[in-house]
Amino acid sequence: MASTIRIRATSSGDTTEVQALIQHPMDSGFVKNSAGELIPPHFIQQLTFEHGGKPVFVADWGPAVSKDPYVKFSFKGGKKGDDLKISWIDNKGASDSSTAKIQ
Amino acid sequence: MIHSSPGSVDATRRLILKGAAVVALAGLAGIRFGLAPALAAANDAYPDAAFKVKGADGAIQALYGKTAEKSDKVRMDAPEIAENGAVVPVSVTTSLPDVTSIAIFVAENPNALAASYRIPAGTMPSVANRLKMAKTSNVIAVVEAGGKLYSASKEIKVTIGGCGG
Repeated sequence: MASTIRIRATSSGDTTEVQALIQHPMDSGFVKNSAGELIPPHFIQQLTFEHGGKPVFVADWGPAVSKDPYVKFSFKGGKKGDDLKISWIDNKGASDSSTAKIQ
Repeated sequence: MIHSSPGSVDATRRLILKGAAVVALAGLAGIRFGLAPALAAANDAYPDAAFKVKGADGAIQALYGKTAEKSDKVRMDAPEIAENGAVVPVSVTTSLPDVTSIAIFVAENPNALAASYRIPAGTMPSVANRLKMAKTSNVIAVVEAGGKLYSASKEIKVTIGGCGG
């Protein structure tokens, strides 16, 4: 299966800017389907970015984060060619991870 | 009819009581064993309870256990009017030092806490994301810096709600 994670990490000077886009329905549990039944909640709860074995950014998400979530942040200490690991887990226990090279 | 077999009624009653006692004990044991690991892991784990609180003040209290003071050093970028409540771009940045986390609350959503970000040392105190808004609401950004909470808020008008309404 293709990865759900698209990530772009660019280094300039001593900071690395990270943008991530993840494919996920992020169902809130408050929305009804066309038959009028509630769609059960299904959303990413935790998203972690690691560089050099240490977390550089941890997101705790609720169901109010938009479908196919996007997040942007920056950190110091990354170099071009370094690995950046990203992983997520949702409220049903599903997960995915991916590693990107800093550009 | 009622008094025809007092013995068996009594026996049934005893059985029911016994059953209730067993259930009660099992319930207590469940709480005792279930709660301990949850509390132990609470420091680093997903703040499940804080995501289930109605209203921004209660959710801030549930997440941090304290209240936030307004600060002009917390800046939130968000549209005045969001045409589509399903995708509202919100970014938060601050000039405060020693930031350890940033959280965003949508006061009028069914549960106010939308997202909470942990900022380890070396990571910039700045985050951009996209949130759902059920209707026009105050959006509150809370920054935890040096163990204290600072906030900024902004009303975002929503034309079409993002919670399927």
